[in-house]
Amino acid sequence: MSNATIISKTAVELSHSLSEKELSSQEVAQAYLEQIDRVDPQVHAFLHRDDDDFLAQANASDKRRAEGNTLGPLDGIPVAIKDVISVQGQPLTAASKILENYISPYDATVIRKLKDAGAVIGGRLNLDEFAMGSSTENSAYGPTRNPWDFNRVPGGSSGGSSAAVAAREAPLTLGSDTGGSIRQPASLCGVVGVKPTYGMVSRYGLAAFASSLDQIGPFSQTVEDAALLLETISGHDPLDSTSFPTEVPQYSAALRDPLTPCTLGLPKEFFGEGIDDEVRKAIDQTIEFYRSLGHKIVEISLPTTDLAVPVYYVIATAEASSNLARYDGIRYTSRSEQSENAINVYAKSRGEGFGEEVKRRCILGAYGLSSGYYDAYYLKAQKTRTLIREDFSRVFKEVDVILTPTAPTPAFKFGEKSNDPISMYLSDIFTISTNLAGLPALSVPCGFTNSGLPIGMQLIGQAFEESSLLSIAHAYDREHRFGCQSPNI
Amino acid sequence: MKFEAVIGLEVHVQLDTKSKMFTRVPCGFGKPPNSLTDAVVLGLPGALPVMNREAIDKSIKVGLLLGCKIAPVCKWDRKNYFYPDMPKNYQITQFDQPICEGGEVEIELPGDSPAVMGEHRMVKLTRIHLEEDVGKLTHYENDSLVDYNRAGSPLLEIVSEPDMYSPEETFSFLTSLRNSLIYAGISSCDMEKGQLRCDANISVRPVGTKTLGTKVELKNLNTISGVKNGVEYEIKRQIKAIEEKEEIVQETRRWNPDQRYTTPMRSKEMAHDYRYFPDPDLMPVKIDQAWIDGIAKQVPEKPFDKQRRYMSELNLPYSITSALCPDFSLCQYFELVASLTKDPKKVGNWVVNDLLRELSNANSETNPIPVEESPVTPQHLAELVDLIDQGVISNNVAKELFPEMFSSGKSASELVQEKGLEVKSDQGEIESICARAIENDPDAAQKFRDGKEGAINALKGFVMKETRGQANPKVVDTMLRNLLSN
Repeated sequence: MSNATIISKTAVELSHSLSEKELSSQEVAQAYLEQIDRVDPQVHAFLHRDDDDFLAQANASDKRRAEGNTLGPLDGIPVAIKDVISVQGQPLTAASKILENYISPYDATVIRKLKDAGAVIGGRLNLDEFAMGSSTENSAYGPTRNPWDFNRVPGGSSGGSSAAVAAREAPLTLGSDTGGSIRQPASLCGVVGVKPTYGMVSRYGLAAFASSLDQIGPFSQTVEDAALLLETISGHDPLDSTSFPTEVPQYSAALRDPLTPCTLGLPKEFFGEGIDDEVRKAIDQTIEFYRSLGHKIVEISLPTTDLAVPVYYVIATAEASSNLARYDGIRYTSRSEQSENAINVYAKSRGEGFGEEVKRRCILGAYGLSSGYYDAYYLKAQKTRTLIREDFSRVFKEVDVILTPTAPTPAFKFGEKSNDPISMYLSDIFTISTNLAGLPALSVPCGFTNSGLPIGMQLIGQAFEESSLLSIAHAYDREHRFGCQSPNI
Repeated sequence: MKFEAVIGLEVHVQLDTKSKMFTRVPCGFGKPPNSLTDAVVLGLPGALPVMNREAIDKSIKVGLLLGCKIAPVCKWDRKNYFYPDMPKNYQITQFDQPICEGGEVEIELPGDSPAVMGEHRMVKLTRIHLEEDVGKLTHYENDSLVDYNRAGSPLLEIVSEPDMYSPEETFSFLTSLRNSLIYAGISSCDMEKGQLRCDANISVRPVGTKTLGTKVELKNLNTISGVKNGVEYEIKRQIKAIEEKEEIVQETRRWNPDQRYTTPMRSKEMAHDYRYFPDPDLMPVKIDQAWIDGIAKQVPEKPFDKQRRYMSELNLPYSITSALCPDFSLCQYFELVASLTKDPKKVGNWVVNDLLRELSNANSETNPIPVEESPVTPQHLAELVDLIDQGVISNNVAKELFPEMFSSGKSASELVQEKGLEVKSDQGEIESICARAIENDPDAAQKFRDGKEGAINALKGFVMKETRGQANPKVVDTMLRNLLSN
């Protein structure tokens, strides 16, 4: 089997080929390493690779298979990791200079689960520094390019994770989503990305940006692949107090069940001004598709929609200002050489180690928590967050899922928004409210612009209803498989 | 003008739990630096806290012991400030919803003499909250080293109302609180190991006025007497300052125990803005009545309640109870011996006088050996008391025997047998010695016969001397009277 054929396969197809012994895990790993060698100098999805370790894991998988001890459908399948999730013995930079020399001494829970499933853990993927951004331009190690157009951003913050799947550098990747950081880059790169319900996937080992919003989730070419990866990493974790004690449904199996007719809601606030015409057209076509399958489409209203971005930027930055305080130049983070005393160690190490956006958010967040401002900002934002959550609860009495565009526009050009934080923040306008409400949501590729840029639709589900969310998404995806189209690179 | 002081205390107590507040790493003291750490303690990227149930259990226990209201929900907040002893640069603590509110600590003020019970009163508590401890910094000329072994240990902060009015009251408060906490198995409260630490808020005001004066927070009070001395100094300093028309500024001062004075640490203007907010990594935990009821079963009798019971039910004198009751282990020892014998008062005397003396003499260092390790077991002491009671040995012999029991670990009966110390009640032998006594001192015999009752003592003394104290005094008495009446 040629390398080109191998890397074009979905994870489910690779898994099938491995179990049919058409392929070895070693061959799969080699094919991806070659592809990374070939395209990554331009894509720059990877911040770090450990090829020896990668091949050794693939070897171990082949050995298990030969002995009849295969650990499951993911055994031998490569999964590359956003550089904000701990893998024992591997660097974790969070795309920040301040963690330049840090090696994680432990595995995140999702990594432990992947290793238990036999997955071959791949390299470290680029992101906006500490997952703060929507374009991967905020990486201290240089931006990732969109495989569909190297002049454009891959989205962010998990831009490395989406670009790696789009450029066929990995069949599966993990990212994290705090306000859209999985779904927006998935949309901009034409792949599937899922943000699970808050509490469904353990955050243990994920370098925190905003603890009450962060969730780890999968990237893949198809919804089917995403279901496979998601069911592997989900589940209650005693090491994460915010993880929810619930049984993990077998999402992959559920996809094979016939889909009963359901109701899709279109929130009118998401279909107003500012949406690119081609995006609107693609979304209209997906709506028509669902209608043609016999599902009911209704218009709904989420009146708190315009509050989501301001509420998010108060809460997320407040939590970040505290979460990032540990990066202080004292223990494992880089210490400024200019520091002569304790205050200087903090001020200079952080001043030199953090990028502009991280500093902006830490300052903003600290301000909102300060004595005299807490009630007006943080407390008010928390109360408004409750209103947003209630808005969704009300709507979900009438609909099964909510359908929206994932992002208002296709991938934008480098520099287009990087000097205007507000316009950058607004690129997450459709994704942020689901994080505030803790709901599961995903982005599925739903077509291309005339110039060949991918477009994504977002489906938002009810809390812990990933199974129906994935099934509804799969109903569209198995007929279109836009994520299986490869960029010409 | 006369002034009075108003004092509130903030007491930090390290809970005696197996593992740390938010991770499975064990708590401990005296281990190699930074050996009691993991990703959570060190605040590594991605590490998350998980609450230690034992720490909540113990906090509820303290709350019940001190009569506090237990919060229905245990909620956590972050207190943000940069300091190298704190790996995350925020401390997980409880800000607006402490686990316990209200409550009180019973204190006893010094009586007129050690044998007289002093006045008792209640000192009100404001709140008790749970938090994680920080690491320990050691400063050198050019460097500072940090040991995170202590970081993340569960720490209880007990805050009193400004409800104490003298250094003696602060001393009594701390002593009483410490005794109660040790009783309940909450903490060993070893101040040398930093298991109990105390800050004091002190202000003074003219006697008769109600408004509080400007308060000064006093830190570095590392021993119970340090608290008393520091508070005493600070009160005098404030009164002197007011008398000299100086203004008291709201500030934090440090007690220097060696030079015995306080110095400013930081002013109100330099106070931190801690930017408290609910910790998003930790879910609030509901504390229901069943949980509280389960803990209530484990709450022990309080030291002063025990003391009152000993006095009323067991008829022990105050002087014995005041020596017994501050020490939970000693009380356990006492109660075990008392349960094996008939006379609690006698047992109390033995424990307080003889046992305590031997325990403190036994160790060449300043620390007495703990009562749990006493070579004289409760069973041994009970047997000794019984032997006296049954007249097998005299009280005098028992007193001499006790140090030997302590040094050898042997029981009283073993020693009595070895040394042939049983009281002699053999009628024939005693009769002949008594006869010799009369023969030897006819004067005394005659005086007794003439009605001088006390003259018999001289005859008894002779018999005791001859028998080296082992003759049963009752038998001797009867025998002499018989012989003399013939």
